[in-house]
Amino acid sequence: MTSYVIRGANILGETVNDITIEDGVITAIGTGLEGDETIDATGLVALPGLVDLHTHVREPGREDAETVLTGSKAAARGGFTCVHAMANTDPVADTAGVVEQVWRLGREGGYCDVQPVGAVTIGLGGSRLAELGAMADSAAGVRVFSDDGKCVSDAVIMRRALEYVKAFDGVIAQHAQEPRLTEGAQMNEGPLSGELGLTGWPAVAEEAIIARDVLLAEHVGSRLHVCHLSTRGSVEIIRWAKGRGIDVTAEVTPHHLLLSDDLVRSYDPIYKVNPPLRSNDDVAAVREGLADGTIDIVATDHAPHPMEDKECEWSAAAFGMLGLETALSVVQQTMVDTGLLTWAQVADKMSAKPASIGRVRDQGRPLEAGEPANIVLVDPAATRVIDARDTASLSRNNPYAGLTLPGEVVATFLRGRPTVRDRALVEGVTV
Amino acid sequence: MTFTHLLSAGDLDRTDAIRILDTAEELLGVASRPIKKLPTLRGRTVVNLFFEDSTRTRISFEAAAKRLSADVINFSAKGSSVSKGESLKDTALTLQAMGADAVVVRHQHSGAPHRLAKAKWTNGAVINAGDGTHEHPTQALLDAFTMRRHLGDLEGKNITIVGDVLHSRVARSNALLLDTLGANVTLVAPPTLLPVGVEKWPVDTSYDLDSSLEKADAVMMLRVQQERMNAAFFPSAREYSRRYGLDTPRLNRLPDHAIVMHPGPMNRGMEITADVADHVRSVIVEQVTNGVAVRMAVLYLLLGGAAGEPTSEEGTE
Repeated sequence: MTSYVIRGANILGETVNDITIEDGVITAIGTGLEGDETIDATGLVALPGLVDLHTHVREPGREDAETVLTGSKAAARGGFTCVHAMANTDPVADTAGVVEQVWRLGREGGYCDVQPVGAVTIGLGGSRLAELGAMADSAAGVRVFSDDGKCVSDAVIMRRALEYVKAFDGVIAQHAQEPRLTEGAQMNEGPLSGELGLTGWPAVAEEAIIARDVLLAEHVGSRLHVCHLSTRGSVEIIRWAKGRGIDVTAEVTPHHLLLSDDLVRSYDPIYKVNPPLRSNDDVAAVREGLADGTIDIVATDHAPHPMEDKECEWSAAAFGMLGLETALSVVQQTMVDTGLLTWAQVADKMSAKPASIGRVRDQGRPLEAGEPANIVLVDPAATRVIDARDTASLSRNNPYAGLTLPGEVVATFLRGRPTVRDRALVEGVTV
Repeated sequence: MTFTHLLSAGDLDRTDAIRILDTAEELLGVASRPIKKLPTLRGRTVVNLFFEDSTRTRISFEAAAKRLSADVINFSAKGSSVSKGESLKDTALTLQAMGADAVVVRHQHSGAPHRLAKAKWTNGAVINAGDGTHEHPTQALLDAFTMRRHLGDLEGKNITIVGDVLHSRVARSNALLLDTLGANVTLVAPPTLLPVGVEKWPVDTSYDLDSSLEKADAVMMLRVQQERMNAAFFPSAREYSRRYGLDTPRLNRLPDHAIVMHPGPMNRGMEITADVADHVRSVIVEQVTNGVAVRMAVLYLLLGGAAGEPTSEEGTE
């Protein structure tokens, strides 16, 4: 296997050093190091390979929107070396068979590790637990369980799920959405939903479930993860729960860090997502929450959809937006360039913590000798105008199209092999 | 005009709104002539694109376009390819290929006309004929036109709008247009039927109809669908009628000059009693008549306005 020396990288934005890689492992960090191939990293920040806890790859079932391979390539372009594939495929990832298939497709693709998320309930139906143990014991080694897209709204099912996964150190990742309060919901409930005549998705529908779930997690002594938290009230509840010692973690998406509900005024479904884009005050609150540690991680909720599901009237359109290839840029713009986070903290919130929540042992590791060589090099001085067509994804539902965002991924290494090099995807990566 | 489509009553500034109302005033005379037709839009094509049934609105637009000599194509979702799953985009591209100069859109989804206009799937002028629970700007224009004929300039007039504001496109468009015209609007509804954020609208709100009657120059009753009852917006139709229905005792508390309006279709016995609906102070039938003139004015100004004002010469044909 080729050995590499990454020359003069600014490691975590803290110290400039060389990094050598051989046989999939970081062999040394220091000055004047040598390797078969040299990668000039002058001016580039080196971070551990990013880990996404919330990705939709659409395979099996909607291979027209995304496959495990295309999603993996998009992930690599975004600097990710591991993604968690959500369970709402067709068939649903609620059996060992489906999760192993997704896991294997990821390994065969070789662009990033695809760690399947198992469904909590059979068919995401919310009424009967899926065989969580079988998925945990499968080759995929599932530790994260979620009905994402749907809320585990039945309090008894949620309690049982929280309890049951303790047997194998699993975690329930809840899509917090009270279903009755959000029937037909189209956008954030507020002055704009009233004006636009679109059915509102009230903050309380998210906050009420989060409040219930943290209390349930406390009661049964379980680990809870809250997906795509989006409101100020949710941040406050998580802050309170952590203060009480409840074992809860929370994620925020890049789009909830950057975009707000006034974009819906266009009625362009490119901005339709669940949970919906919220108010500017909520945007400020999730940034503060991420900065002060209340929110543990950034997760993309990368949700590819074919063009026809977005080129239509708002209410008929699908929920969701792409995110893997723009996540780091959005975090740089909203959190790093604003002084709210250092690069070292970005590494924690986009690599170490999500790997730890997902119990993925060889991802999210520190950049140190002897660790797996999962590394991303980012050029923080670059700026790019986002072009929806410039993507490895099969879909184009990119809400940032036309915006100028800072930062660009120059190279991504997965266990010592470059998946992205010279700012471009490496074609024909083989395991 | 400062607009190329009519998607929201908020698209109209005061000058535009007054111009439409003044033009409608001139065009109203056409209806009383033996030959009810002007040549203004001869050779232009107006498509009535109705994804939702509304015979009243469709025939009003159809009459308006025909009186201006436009060719009218009625495209109804029922029995068309739309019911077989054709997308809004493909429908629009088809109309574009047919050379539609104006597309009058009625749609069950809020924002569909907006999408049609902004996504540039058609070059024609898009006129919103009611979209979901969003807006119905020509209804607001015909309401303002009707009020102006009875009350004069609307500056400072008190207009009370009563009923299901939450789901009403008529209320949204009226609130915007009446504010532009300087009227004071009070929305009266049970708290469940006022949208979140209504305090940011340019209106006053009240939960009590009786206290909103004595100063009203016009009262507009909104249709309340009985199925709202099943979603717990209010306990029963009878309770709704008692608290928010317009009956004769309430009518008698209005000032003598005040008028009673309803965009139709009415639920007699629900939001308005039959006696009030048929009362001499009810202008509900007149609203329908005025609808044609106002829609003529909108089509005229959007499609033919550059040619100048309608003249009596044109009218002699």
